[in-house]
Amino acid sequence: MQLLQLVISGIAQGCIYGLIALGFVLIYKATETVSFAQGELMMLGAFGGLACMTLLGFPFWLAILSSIAGMALFGVLLERLVIRPILGQPAFSIVMLTIGVGYTARGLITMIPGIGTETHTLPVPYKDMIWKVGGEASGQGALILNVEQMVVIGSTAVLCLILFALFKYSKLGIAMQAASQNQLAAYYMGIPVKRLNGLVWGLAAAVAAIAGLLLAPITFVHANMGFIGLKAFPAAVVGGFGSLPGAIVGGLIIGIVESLAGFYAPDGIKDIAAYVVVLIVLMVKPNGLFGEKLRKKV
Amino acid sequence: MRFIFKTDYRQDIKLARHGGHVFWYGALLLLLLAAPWLFAEYYLAQLTFILIYSIAGLGLMLLAGFTGLFSLGHAAFLGVGAYTQAVMTNAGVPFPIALACAAGLSAAVGLVVGLPALRVKGIYLGIATLAFGFIVEEVFARWESVTGGNAGIHIKAPEMFGWKLDSAEAFYFLCLVIAIGSTLAILNLLRSPTGRAFVAIRDSEISAQSMGIHLARYKTLSFALSAALAGIAGALYAHKMQFISPEQFSLLQSIELLLMIVVGGLGSVHGAFLGAIFLISMPQAIALVKDYLPTFVGQAPGLQGVVFGLVLIAFVLFEPLGLYGRWLKIRTYLQTFPFYRKGMFKRQKSFQKSDRLK
Repeated sequence: MQLLQLVISGIAQGCIYGLIALGFVLIYKATETVSFAQGELMMLGAFGGLACMTLLGFPFWLAILSSIAGMALFGVLLERLVIRPILGQPAFSIVMLTIGVGYTARGLITMIPGIGTETHTLPVPYKDMIWKVGGEASGQGALILNVEQMVVIGSTAVLCLILFALFKYSKLGIAMQAASQNQLAAYYMGIPVKRLNGLVWGLAAAVAAIAGLLLAPITFVHANMGFIGLKAFPAAVVGGFGSLPGAIVGGLIIGIVESLAGFYAPDGIKDIAAYVVVLIVLMVKPNGLFGEKLRKKV
Repeated sequence: MRFIFKTDYRQDIKLARHGGHVFWYGALLLLLLAAPWLFAEYYLAQLTFILIYSIAGLGLMLLAGFTGLFSLGHAAFLGVGAYTQAVMTNAGVPFPIALACAAGLSAAVGLVVGLPALRVKGIYLGIATLAFGFIVEEVFARWESVTGGNAGIHIKAPEMFGWKLDSAEAFYFLCLVIAIGSTLAILNLLRSPTGRAFVAIRDSEISAQSMGIHLARYKTLSFALSAALAGIAGALYAHKMQFISPEQFSLLQSIELLLMIVVGGLGSVHGAFLGAIFLISMPQAIALVKDYLPTFVGQAPGLQGVVFGLVLIAFVLFEPLGLYGRWLKIRTYLQTFPFYRKGMFKRQKSFQKSDRLK
């Protein structure tokens, strides 16, 4: 029972990693660059939701939707203003650029007087609710399900279905796939590659915002919550950097390993479990679980 | 405008191309030698830090700027050097031997990290070094019998052959000598076949391979050399700080090192030094202007992060060649006055060099 409990909380945590990793992979597939600002986008999304709920007094659903939409817009703007001018430069410059964006975002949030340096709780309707499954009537031996974690798992599943449908059936999704396979050819076929890249950044930012809003009730909203993005890198790598389902699976693996390591392994192993896993995967299977193994031709 | 007439093939690889070089670098050397008598103690300490960071920057520049492999875990090498030095010095080992061990151990760790670099590249390598950095930081924090854990560890002043370097001036000269030595070593390396091989790997792995460069050997070598320099810098850093703890070697430190070489100018030896000057003087500059800013900006804890982030964004967007590139442009402008054209250093719009395979 305890094992199951650990696995479930690991899955919930893994879903968050997976969602952030999804953002990495979306951006990587579209523009072949890696965004180190993804964790910070998640943090901004959580703060956006918090601002909508507490400062503006929006009802729950409206606040969620408006913060996701706001982050999507922010992602599009970010691509247009900062990323697009240097596309085509070495990947290293773009990595440094996104690190700069992350630094700036984190710094700006902490500069907001009274809010930025505090930790906040996001007032969600399902706060602190639990479900008990099975066991005796007195609650002994029952599987205790935290509703917050169930919401994370459920929303991730729904989001994955939506994204799957988007990429499989919609014109936009198919155009994105085409552009990620070969930008030049896609451009010749009349696909507006630049505009698509902007949309992909918007989509990635929106997914990050969802991750932030889902994570917020479990931990807290604070300026440094973006550092969780660093654990999403191992998730993306374990799954193979170019694979969308891989990102989710990688996230789940990292989440479960971490949760089990936190319980069974000595202190301190939990924090580095994700990195140990990624090093092992890189040694054994350098292209990740779902990556394709191809050799570059001249 | 200076014209160099080449009459000898050796001129191509000379360290000092013309008299101007000899004169200006000589002047700089004199200034640095006279620094303890010219500057107050505080500024001398900052200068020492600049020298220490330059050594680490040289190492990272060799790896990122000249071999094209980028490392997000360089602070770990710095840490390995620092802890080795701390433990050995406290055990009474003389400074030169401890320093050699710090460099050697760092290089050995660099070799280990370099091994996955043979199989993975680009972003995967970045993640591997990132993961490695986190693991090493955790080891520093948990291996309490050696590293003192999160409480940190104190380190005695360097000592060699019965001569104790406990004054700031003596330590400054020690750093200066090591910094000059490492610079000369890097310059020499870069004009040797090994250095040329590094640059070839940076520009195109495939063409380097087809020219007969053993990728695995040179990449690992680059990692090891870079880590050794970082280890030396770490050892000096430990002596300068006199106290080290794991959080000094966290990811933020690695990112600061990267920021340093990007701002200084990727792919130039000058860049490591200019970047170090920038990295050390920036917090001072922020502290100076803080008082003139409105309170809610000036006193905010995130100010330094914002400034660093914005500077990084601005450099990548507008001056990808870094401070050294800016200086080159100014120099060219002056030398060719009034014939400087706007497009002289224009970045070529190129198709993205794709890592994709289909």
